Amino acid sequence: MSAAPELAIRARGLSKHFGDLAAVDEVDLDVPRAQIYGFLGPNGSGKSTTIRLLCGLLTPTKGSARVLGLDVPADATELKPRIGYMTQKFSLYADLTVYENLEFIADIYAYSRSGRRARIDELLEWYDLTGQRDQFAGTMSGGQRQRLALAAAVLHKPELLLLDEPTSAVDPKSRRDFWAKLFELADSGTTILVSTHYMDEAERCHRLAILDHGRKVADGAPAELQASTGMSVIEVRASDPFAAQTALARLPEVVSVTQLGIRLRVLVPARISDPLQLINDKLGRVRLPAEAELVPASLEDVFVAVTQKDSPVGQVLQ
Amino acid sequence: MTSFSRLFAVMKKELRQLQRDRITFAMIVGIPVGQILMFGYAIDTDVRHLKAAVANQAESHLSRQFVAELGASQVLDLRYHVATPGELEQLLRAGQVSVGVHIPPDFDRRSTDPRRAAAHLLVDGTDPTILGVATRLTNMPLGFDLTDRQSPIRNLEVRAYYNPERRSAVNIVPGLIGVILTLTMMLFTAVAIVREREQGNLELLINTPISTAQLMVGKVVPYIAIGLVQLALIVGVSKLLFSIPIRGTLLELYVAASFFIAANLALGLFISTVAKTQFQAMQVTFFLLLPSILLSGFMFPFDGMPLFAQYIGELLPNTHFIRLTRGIMLREASLLELRQELLVLAVFAAVALTGAILRFSRRLD
Repeated sequence: MSAAPELAIRARGLSKHFGDLAAVDEVDLDVPRAQIYGFLGPNGSGKSTTIRLLCGLLTPTKGSARVLGLDVPADATELKPRIGYMTQKFSLYADLTVYENLEFIADIYAYSRSGRRARIDELLEWYDLTGQRDQFAGTMSGGQRQRLALAAAVLHKPELLLLDEPTSAVDPKSRRDFWAKLFELADSGTTILVSTHYMDEAERCHRLAILDHGRKVADGAPAELQASTGMSVIEVRASDPFAAQTALARLPEVVSVTQLGIRLRVLVPARISDPLQLINDKLGRVRLPAEAELVPASLEDVFVAVTQKDSPVGQVLQ
Repeated sequence: MTSFSRLFAVMKKELRQLQRDRITFAMIVGIPVGQILMFGYAIDTDVRHLKAAVANQAESHLSRQFVAELGASQVLDLRYHVATPGELEQLLRAGQVSVGVHIPPDFDRRSTDPRRAAAHLLVDGTDPTILGVATRLTNMPLGFDLTDRQSPIRNLEVRAYYNPERRSAVNIVPGLIGVILTLTMMLFTAVAIVREREQGNLELLINTPISTAQLMVGKVVPYIAIGLVQLALIVGVSKLLFSIPIRGTLLELYVAASFFIAANLALGLFISTVAKTQFQAMQVTFFLLLPSILLSGFMFPFDGMPLFAQYIGELLPNTHFIRLTRGIMLREASLLELRQELLVLAVFAAVALTGAILRFSRRLD
């Protein structure tokens, strides 16, 4: 049944239009099994729509996708028992308790009575919800709710887990714990597709696709992406960062200047032979005392580089 | 077994949620009891104690006896005794009475003449209910003439039996069962799917292996039980407080109600797949509720309605249920004799449920 066992998801030219809007535009995806694959992009970049297309919840306007060797949306019915899906909005029942919610999900996945109880207890333990067993889901904190949603999504031990911005309403500590759980799941063989707009989360993924305005502008392992931005990254420490930013942004060679506290991150195309010289000259001319040094690209730099309008870099990366 | 486990999961979930929704839970009891009390008593006072005035120009023993009988019937509350028909008209016009009884001077002679009415009833014909009640008064053993103020004098036949007030209440309570069940049952399921969609639960549900039929049937079944509880409440209250007879068997009434409840729940589910929000679902429900009250034979005799209205009425489950309840409760008819109405309700339920299942999309686009 599985034509390409090494790939959990394979999509070609996947597109979804809502009226004139191309929410997802010609996206190709190759998601290997037992890895965490990230979708990085701002709101409205098509992350949720792509995930829904891959679940078979939406019919693609164009293109095709095979998930776990099945065509979606045609074979969606066969696919459903094999995937787990965590919606962006909490979608369990607020007026049921933690245990009742999990029991409902277990019944739907047709667990036997004895197996059901053991599995739910295991999950409560695993996701640190034993104390909330009889609490109504609606009265729990964001982090607890998100753990419950994940417990519900993995209850039937799916081969593929699709998580739509699972940590968007959660504090940093809960986010870290959550990611630890994801790695454990991936280690045990589950393929995880997770969308996020946090750079630090994206950096933890085995592989990553950067989405912008419905298009995939880059993909690869985070380190690969960082190594192949086609940009030199210069970090500038200036006493007047605002003035320095204004001055540097006027340079035609500079692709972008982003302020991070008192530091500026300046992107210059790699073809410029001595970017440090260029920056220091400019700052000298406008008499702004500053220190500049060449640094490795961060994922944020990658993101800025590939989402620059009319930048040829996006194509370079693909 | 898998499909039963899923069906059972949905049913259990629905009941748990219902049990926690205190207001809705209270309404399961509150609506039927409250409505039957309100309607039951309202209808009772409608029929009895109509304010009336008498102009007895005969002043004979027979005429006084007749007036006393009118008063004893409790249909009329004889408040004024005046001298002339002119004064009766004045009281009517002023709205102080709804009915005027005019007993002409030759009352004794008229009452022995089968061709002539012995007395006149002057009725405020603007209210058809009062007119109807007054018309029933003409079935009293002494013949008399009913005069509608807006229409020329009509001679009415004399009837031998006497039971003017009871009928309407007895007739209306069985119909009321249908109206109450229509409202509560349809509303329960009309918001069922929409609520899950609004709260985001549906996106999770349609990603599980649960089938549409399991989801739909699982949502309907618990409410059939609730509907039957409501029926028990209505029947209990109407028997206790209004002495409504159940001449047929209770079992047959319950069988008929089960079909009717299923039809309404299925219709509600169908609405739920059409409406985008809970508010829309409620609007559609009320759009269907009003004809279920007015065109089902509950308010007006079905045969007396214009043909067009009758066609619409035939499309409402309540019309068929009212025929069933009136038949079973009042005429001691058997379900076998009423099988056609039962069949129509079964078809309703099947068509609406199939429609809901077909309309329900497991996709978001």
